[in-house]
Amino acid sequence: MSVRVQTEDFDLGAEVAAIRAGRTDIGGIVSFIGTVRDLNEGDAVSTLTLEHYPGMTERALEAIVDEARGRFDILDARVVHRIGRLAPGDQIVLVITVSTHRGEAFAACEFLMDYLKTRAPFWKKEVTPAGERWVDARESDDDAAARWNCADERGAP
Amino acid sequence: MKIKVLYFAKLREQVGIDAETLELAQRAWTVADIRTHLRSRGAAWAEALAEGKAVRAAVNQQMAQAGTAVPDGAEVAFFPPVTGG
Repeated sequence: MSVRVQTEDFDLGAEVAAIRAGRTDIGGIVSFIGTVRDLNEGDAVSTLTLEHYPGMTERALEAIVDEARGRFDILDARVVHRIGRLAPGDQIVLVITVSTHRGEAFAACEFLMDYLKTRAPFWKKEVTPAGERWVDARESDDDAAARWNCADERGAP
Repeated sequence: MKIKVLYFAKLREQVGIDAETLELAQRAWTVADIRTHLRSRGAAWAEALAEGKAVRAAVNQQMAQAGTAVPDGAEVAFFPPVTGG
């Protein structure tokens, strides 16, 4: 399965082994892991909770992977995103792309992360000494997604 | 017509519920119409769904725009801009 949403942690080595299993046509593998920082907006973060939209989340991630397959010459891609309670240092998200040459794998991996950050229905809530607060979306994330230059489908009713 | 409405994250906390079934008059509804309809419920709703506030929506689990049609039986969701990854 190219897309998974789970509470459990993931293992980069196992995921890379799974995507490589049985094939020798791969020339490059790129992976990105997002982790929980202990500081956000100047405040110490003790816990991060990730909420999502069951059903839509998986569909949205699959659509993003399909989009990447259409735009880049990649052989395969995998996205694993965690939900629930996380602590500083924990892994949140994993993206792996494989291709015959590195360029397409690098580009596809960055594209997947940029799109995921603006289109997949996840929301972060953090606990700081000042209390609980929802993390606000960043304009820089919209800019990062927009540079891939396609119609905006995020929706703003 | 009848639709299911879901609320997520900060918006869910502001309106105080995570899901409900809405009975609506039989006519052509858009996402913007539903949002306007919900605002008339009171202060918390008017505030959470206020015009100009960054609220995203999905219809049948696809990102939607203000003008997206909401068919009978649809699942409509309202939520803040996403912050995953």
